[in-house]
Amino acid sequence: MSTLTNLLRRKNRPEIGPLDYHRRLWLRVTVALTLIFLYMPILTLMAFSFNDSKRNIVWRGFTFKYYEKAINNSELIEAFLNSLTIAFVSTIASVILGALTAYVLWRFRFPFRAVYEGAMALPVVIPEICMGVALMVFFLRTGFNTGGWVWPFNLSAITIAHIAFSFPFAAIVIRARLESFNTELSESAKDLGASEFQVFKDIIVPHMKPGLIAGALLAFTLSLDDFVITFFTSGPGTLTFPVKIYSMVRFSVTPEVNAASTVLIVITVIITALALRLQNRNNMLQAG
Amino acid sequence: MDNWRKSVGAFWASFLPPTFWLVAFFLAPLSLIWMFSFGVKSGITDIDINWTLQQYARALEPLYLGIFAKSLWMATVTTFICLIVAFPVAIAIVFAPPKARMWLLLLVILPFWTNLLIRTYALIAVLRTRGHVNFTLEWAWENANGLLTFIGLGSFNLIGEKFEPLALLYNNTAVVVGLVYVALPFMVLPLYAALDRLDRSFIEASLDLGAGHIRTFWSVVVPLALPGIASGIVITFIPTLGSFLTPDLLGGTDSQMIANVIERQFKSANDWPFGAALSFLLMYVTFFGLALRALLTRREGVGDRT
Repeated sequence: MSTLTNLLRRKNRPEIGPLDYHRRLWLRVTVALTLIFLYMPILTLMAFSFNDSKRNIVWRGFTFKYYEKAINNSELIEAFLNSLTIAFVSTIASVILGALTAYVLWRFRFPFRAVYEGAMALPVVIPEICMGVALMVFFLRTGFNTGGWVWPFNLSAITIAHIAFSFPFAAIVIRARLESFNTELSESAKDLGASEFQVFKDIIVPHMKPGLIAGALLAFTLSLDDFVITFFTSGPGTLTFPVKIYSMVRFSVTPEVNAASTVLIVITVIITALALRLQNRNNMLQAG
Repeated sequence: MDNWRKSVGAFWASFLPPTFWLVAFFLAPLSLIWMFSFGVKSGITDIDINWTLQQYARALEPLYLGIFAKSLWMATVTTFICLIVAFPVAIAIVFAPPKARMWLLLLVILPFWTNLLIRTYALIAVLRTRGHVNFTLEWAWENANGLLTFIGLGSFNLIGEKFEPLALLYNNTAVVVGLVYVALPFMVLPLYAALDRLDRSFIEASLDLGAGHIRTFWSVVVPLALPGIASGIVITFIPTLGSFLTPDLLGGTDSQMIANVIERQFKSANDWPFGAALSFLLMYVTFFGLALRALLTRREGVGDRT
């Protein structure tokens, strides 16, 4: 035990100070166990997508065949493309609407402003299931049955729902960024004859940019991750990735689902890494 | 902040689009099911809105009250486990060197960005009868049995005649494990934020004055981090209480939570008024939690100023 303790403390380092909680053994073990708990299932899922066995539990050798199977599963591919399309459109709309919301709340004093702010926060806080069933009933009752329309318009209902729950999240992120804006900039621009729109386009939007990127990242992942609201707003005619996987999972656990899931995880991680990197570079440019 | 009358054009141009979206695709649908919750079913798709409270009365029947109580219980247990696990993790992250801190935070948040369905599916593969946990246990059992045979105790069946896989899936425990798995980042982040703001000289003073780490934790760290703890509890509790997918995929027949009942009313049972009433009851509980959180954090704020 003591050798293990020494190993974790890396002998030649100075004694653990009173506030060096991160170097205490039991905390390290807790953190390690938590991370194992969080990552073990996802990592085994990814690893076993390469496993050459239908039983999916004993390692029988490396294979890509389940990826081939997933690629040749036309329903799965269709569902995947649909989900990416929804996420793409929803991200653009959410960033625009979120930026406008943030701008209004940041710049203007108007009657019932507090109520407005509260209402804008509602989609963030209410249980997904409530929003899901409300939108389902709404689309059914208003006859907004987009399922039969031509692609990509058959995805309208789901996309509208995704925008509705994503843009308030984007607004929060963008608003946080706006707080650091120096209003003297926009005032002097106006004194020099710039119009409202010019100030917005040439001064405020460039300042918002890191917030816009962060908001877009959030909106994209929110859309791609959502199951509940998609489940309720997708009619029988529309295939989306989560709903397709849901029906496959209920049926059985197959390596094909592992392969498809791995692809989605990798896409999310890449997009997140890109966005983080972009944001970092922006911050550095601003600092420099 | 400008008065909106000062630049009316800019105000309306930025006010109208998001407001339209919120009203048309959020508030209108919610109002619609709010109205339905006061109605009765009068046909396969017809709903007669006669402002009766009978759907709410039905929700208070023992069967549904029991499901509500069970959901609250599951969410409470999940939140409690999350709090116990997340606190040491948050402490470790806060006191880590800056670079390690960034990586640890990223590692905690990353699963959060992965699709919920995929994470739940990953848990199924781990927990099912022929899953990774049982597989590991079986391997351990066989080795232990081999060892017993080797030392001559094989014929006594000391650890059972053969390996019995544990039923880890389709029960309440599986649901709680799944809920903790999903909700843990929700708890770590507010705790991290609260501990990060905490002035370390208080901890140092407490330690200098002879209090131990445990006493310092209970009488200095916890009181100062209370708004963060309250935030974390509410932020974890609310989505957990309303979760649908986890009990649906990991639970058995008796681990239905309130969201599963709501789903059934809107899909297979086709009883929208009742489902609407249940949805609003769930929403009222949510609002109550949020109000409580606002109250707790505000009281802290007042305390800071005086």
